[in-house]
Amino acid sequence: MAVKKRKKDLTFLEKIYIPEIVKGLVLTLKSMFKPKFTLKYPEEKFIPPASYRGRPVLVQEENGQERCVACGLCSRVCPPLAIEVQADETQYEKERYPVKFEINMIRCIFCGFCEEVCPEEAIVMSKDYELAFINREEAIYGKEKLLVPVSQLQDRIDFLRRYK
Amino acid sequence: MNIWEIIGFALLKIVIIITSMLLTVSYLVYFERRISAWAQNRLGPNRVGWEGVLQPFADVFKLLLKEDIVPFQAIKQVHTLAPIIALFVAFTTYAVIPIGPSLELFGYMIPLVVADVNMGILYVLALTSLGVYAITFAGWSSGSKYSLLGGVRSSAQMISYEISMGFSIGGVLLLSESLRPLAIVDSQGQFLWNAWIQPIGFITFVVSTFAETNRLPFDLPEAEPELVGGFHTEYSSMKFAGFFLAEYANMIIASALIVTLYLGGYNLPFINIESFDLPNWINVLIHIGTFFFKMGFLLFFFIWVRWSLPRFRYDQLMNLGWKVMFPLSLINIIWVAVLIMIFNL
Repeated sequence: MAVKKRKKDLTFLEKIYIPEIVKGLVLTLKSMFKPKFTLKYPEEKFIPPASYRGRPVLVQEENGQERCVACGLCSRVCPPLAIEVQADETQYEKERYPVKFEINMIRCIFCGFCEEVCPEEAIVMSKDYELAFINREEAIYGKEKLLVPVSQLQDRIDFLRRYK
Repeated sequence: MNIWEIIGFALLKIVIIITSMLLTVSYLVYFERRISAWAQNRLGPNRVGWEGVLQPFADVFKLLLKEDIVPFQAIKQVHTLAPIIALFVAFTTYAVIPIGPSLELFGYMIPLVVADVNMGILYVLALTSLGVYAITFAGWSSGSKYSLLGGVRSSAQMISYEISMGFSIGGVLLLSESLRPLAIVDSQGQFLWNAWIQPIGFITFVVSTFAETNRLPFDLPEAEPELVGGFHTEYSSMKFAGFFLAEYANMIIASALIVTLYLGGYNLPFINIESFDLPNWINVLIHIGTFFFKMGFLLFFFIWVRWSLPRFRYDQLMNLGWKVMFPLSLINIIWVAVLIMIFNL
């Protein structure tokens, strides 16, 4: 590939500025009529792509059970120690389930390690980014807030299968 | 007309001009923000009122509520005086700029200019030179090095560009043979705009007014990245608002001056309005509309340029002022003189 040499001296036309200024003005005028990037937030919401790492959630199967087997890998790998899991036995095929599964959303750094390390695809990052709490107790998400039906998380799971 | 009627009409005109100017200034700030947003593919303020039209009032209200801080090292009197000078200059300069032909009202012929002074252009030049004091005082009295640097730069810049500005006006005066703004407008007529006759003078004048109003690409007195806020670093609350207002009012005056001197003033091009035999007030309204349309375009141009061009370096600014603009404006005078000699204009 031929390297494009930088011209050292300006030509006369460039030296008198005016045509160059007009070029710049035309450029900004064009961009004034381009579509805007800003979203009018509360009315229009950003729909993230599948690769987006929002709030981590637990996958809920069609029968209402969580996929999680309470192996504790996520809580082990979690860098800010935001996840707490307590296991118990169950008569279902998977034998173990979490009695208590809590994510402290003040601690969570949305790194996605929990999802990466999970052997069951039971914890995934959702597209939910509107997280606001007014006190610390509220920020600790229990199972009732974390369980999300698998149908809503399908594109993230597909994304993980393809790229993980 | 007796003396009281003259004073009454003058006061009325002053009130109208000042209120319309304050309104224009506030909306200019709004449009500045909107247009800058559009140029950067953003939306800009669109929340307060419909599409953000009440934004300027919210801004002013916010500024009013701010604490007025005067630095310990500042010279208090001068520090307070500076924004007052800036505002005074900004609002008084408009007095001589005509916005339309004479209006017939209650049997009087009222010229639509606050003061029809026969040396109006000199008055404008004199007052705009006073504007340097506002900035220099502000910079010097603040007791801050950023302010001082901004003030020094500004005085140097304004003095250098005032010269080319004055000489560019020289060309206009040669053609109109008068310093009276109304006469200058009349001398241009519908098509013989000074911008066509003396394009070099037009360009030097426009560039100089950009420098005079401290607008980008010549806003070295403010130069946010290097000087924090330049001369108004140490100002807050309404004193800051004074400078802010003065800057935008200066923009309005600059565009009004450019329209009057170079773009045919309130004259409507292409259509000979006199031939329709319209009643006086419609005729006047059309002319005022034309004037404001031209002015509006120039104001847009000011904002447009600000969001397109980078700032000059200080040495480039001085080189441009003394080595390019000054000789060009001299060439322009010679050019106009030769034209007058050849065509007997």
